[in-house]
Amino acid sequence: MAAKTLTIDGKEVSAQEGATILDAASDAGIKIPTLCHLEGVYDIGSCRLCLVEVTGVAKLLPSCTTHVSEGMDVHTDSERLRKYRRMTLELLFAERNHVCSVCVSNNNCELQALAWQHGMDHVRYDYCFPKWGMDATHPLFGMDHNRCILCTRCVRVCWHIEGAGTKNVAGRGAKSTIIDDLHQPWGESDTCTSCGKCVIACPTGALFSRGSTVGEMVRDRSTLEFIVNAREKKQWIV
Amino acid sequence: MAKRIIIDPVTRIEGHAKISIFLDEAGQVADAEFHVVEFRGFEKFCEGRPYSEMPGITSRICGICPVSHLLASAKAGDAIMAVAIPPAADKLRRLMNLGQIIQSHALSFFHLSAPDFILGWDVPQSRRNVFGLIAADPELARAGIRLRQFGQEIIEVLGGRKIHPAWAVPGGVRSALTEEGRERIRQRLPEAYATTEVALGLFMKALESHKQEALIFGNFPSLFMGLVSPDGTWEHHGGKLRFTDSTGNVIADQIEPSQYREHISESVQGSSYLKSPYFKALGFPSGIYRVGPLARLNICERMGVPRATAQLRAFKQMGRGAVTSSFLYHQARLVEILASIEHVERALEDPDLLSEDLRADAGVNSLRGVGASEAPRGTLFHDYTVDRAGLLTKVNLVVATGHNNLAMNRTVAQIARHYVQGEDIPEPVLNRIEHGIRCYDPCLSCSTHASGQMPMRIRLIGPGGEVRREVVRG
Repeated sequence: MAAKTLTIDGKEVSAQEGATILDAASDAGIKIPTLCHLEGVYDIGSCRLCLVEVTGVAKLLPSCTTHVSEGMDVHTDSERLRKYRRMTLELLFAERNHVCSVCVSNNNCELQALAWQHGMDHVRYDYCFPKWGMDATHPLFGMDHNRCILCTRCVRVCWHIEGAGTKNVAGRGAKSTIIDDLHQPWGESDTCTSCGKCVIACPTGALFSRGSTVGEMVRDRSTLEFIVNAREKKQWIV
Repeated sequence: MAKRIIIDPVTRIEGHAKISIFLDEAGQVADAEFHVVEFRGFEKFCEGRPYSEMPGITSRICGICPVSHLLASAKAGDAIMAVAIPPAADKLRRLMNLGQIIQSHALSFFHLSAPDFILGWDVPQSRRNVFGLIAADPELARAGIRLRQFGQEIIEVLGGRKIHPAWAVPGGVRSALTEEGRERIRQRLPEAYATTEVALGLFMKALESHKQEALIFGNFPSLFMGLVSPDGTWEHHGGKLRFTDSTGNVIADQIEPSQYREHISESVQGSSYLKSPYFKALGFPSGIYRVGPLARLNICERMGVPRATAQLRAFKQMGRGAVTSSFLYHQARLVEILASIEHVERALEDPDLLSEDLRADAGVNSLRGVGASEAPRGTLFHDYTVDRAGLLTKVNLVVATGHNNLAMNRTVAQIARHYVQGEDIPEPVLNRIEHGIRCYDPCLSCSTHASGQMPMRIRLIGPGGEVRREVVRG
C-alpha cells in the first residue's frame, strides 16, 4: 500500500493509504479528542468531537472516518474547533440527565474528562430533563438511559467483538435508545452472553456493574484490546 | 383588630424559614407558627434509582450532616439485602457518625447559637454572629472552629473527604481506617477535650444569667424519642427506639426502628412544607415529641463513657424526671460532644478498625428496607421500597427537624407570648424568638429534603392581609 504524506498542525506526517486522519495524528503523537471512537471496533463518526479543519475544505471533517490523502493540510486545534467541541459537549449534557456528583463513573468518565479539558464550566442550553428509566433486570449489569450519549460503542463491541448482537439502537434522533434484542428487558435477552464487553466499552456511567456506588465504575479497556489483537494477529490459532 | 407579624427569613439556621406571630385585637400574642418555605423533592425524584446509589444521592440533601443520610441510607440498603454487615464496617460507620455529631454540634454551638448568649441578646445585630465572637474572644472562636474541624477530620480520614463522602454503601463501607489516619485523630483528642470543657463551663456560667430564658424558651411537657441500647445506654447509630414522657417514664421501649410507622404518624399543615409527626397512641397534637440531644439525654441512663456520664448526671438535675426546657438543648449538645470524643478515643484502640473485611455482598432479598440512625438533630429514618430489580418504587425520609416541628411551633409561641406586647417589637425580641428555633438547630435542607445565608424580613400584616409595616435588615 502506498504511503501518503500530509501535514498535521504544521508537522510533516506520513501514513498508509486508507488510514484515517485520527490514526495518522495518533502515530505522530498529536492528540485529537474523541468520544465515540473505541480501539478495536470500526468508527462511525457520530460524536463530532474529533472534527478537524482541512485546508481547502469549507466543512469540518470527523478525523476518525476521514481517510488521509496526499498533500492534505490538517489543523486539529483552533478557536473554531474549540468552540464547536465545547458546544457539542454542552449539547450532550443538556440532552439527558447527567449528574456527575452521584454517578457511578464520577472521576472515571470520558464525557466528564472531556468537559473538564474543554473548560465547560456551565451549560448554556436549557436542560431537556427527559424521563428515561433504568434497566436493572440483568443479574450482573445495569443500564441507565439517563447517562447514555448514544455513542453506540456497546452496540459495536456486542456485534463485532463478542458477536452476540444483543445491543441495538431503536428510535430516531434524540429519542433513540439502546435496546436489547427485540426491545425487551436485558435480563430476558436470549442472546446476551453476559460477557460484559459493553460495560467495559461504555464511556459514561450508562452501563455499569450492579451494586456500584458513586465513582466505583473503573473500566479496564485493555481486555478489549487484548481480544482484538489476539484475533487480528491470530495469537490463539496454533 | 387581629394582626399578624412575620419574621422572614429566620437567620442563623440551616435553610429557609419564616415565623408568623398572630396578634389578637388587644395586641396580645394569640399564636405563632414556624413555616418552612423550601421544597426539595428528594422522595419523588429518587424513585426509579437503584438502592445502591441512594447513600450517594441522599447525602447530597445536606452539606452539614451528609454523613447522617449516608449512614441511614446504607442501613436501609443493608435491610434490602438482608445481610449482617461485617463487624468492622459497623464500628467504622459508628466512628464516622461520632465525627459527624462533633462537627455539627460544634457548628451549632459556636457558630450559630453562642453569639446570642455569650455576646448578648441586645448587642447590635451586625456584631451578633460568629465574626462578633471572633472579635470579642478570638481564642474561644478559634477553639470552636477547630473543634468542628476535628469532627470533619474524622470524616475525611475515613471517607476521603470532609463533605459528601460516598463511603458507606449497602453491605458495609468502602475502606478501613489506616494507622496514619488513626494517629491523626488521636493527636487531636486532648485539644478537643479541652475545648469541650471550656464550652461546658461557659454555658453553665451563661445559664446563671439566663434563668429566664431557660424557663420560657420552649419549656413545656412533651414526649422524647431516640435510639437507646438494650440496657438504656446512650446510642447514636444502633439500638432501638424509646419514648419517654416529661416525668421520665418510659412509655414505649425497644421498638424496632423498622416499625416506626406503627408508632408515628405524620400530619400535614397547609402553611409549611415541613410535616408534623406525632406519637400515634396519644394522637395529634398531644403526641408531640422532641428528638435530638435533649431527647437522647432524657431517654438514656448513662453515656457509656465516664466523663460524659458525670455530665449527664449534672444535666438530669436540671429537670424532674426529664429536662423540659429547649434552651438546654445547648447543654445537651456539649455533653454529647464530650461523649463522642470519649467514644472516639475508645474506638481508636480497637484493632478491628484496620480490618479489610468490610463489605457484605448480596442481591435484593427484601422488598422493603428501613435504616435508622441518630443524626445530630435527632432520629433519622430512610424507608425504601424496591422492585425485584432493586429499583426504588417508594421513598420516605423522616428527618430529625420534622420530628421537632410541633415543638418548634410551641416554642415560638411561648417566647412570643412572653416578650411581645403590641405591634412595636424591638429587634432583640425578634432575635429571641428566632433563638427559640436555633435551640433545635433545625436543618431545613434536610427536613424538606436548602442552604444559604439570609437577611431577615419582618412584616406586620393587618387582618385584611395588608402590610402595615415592613422592616428589612441584613
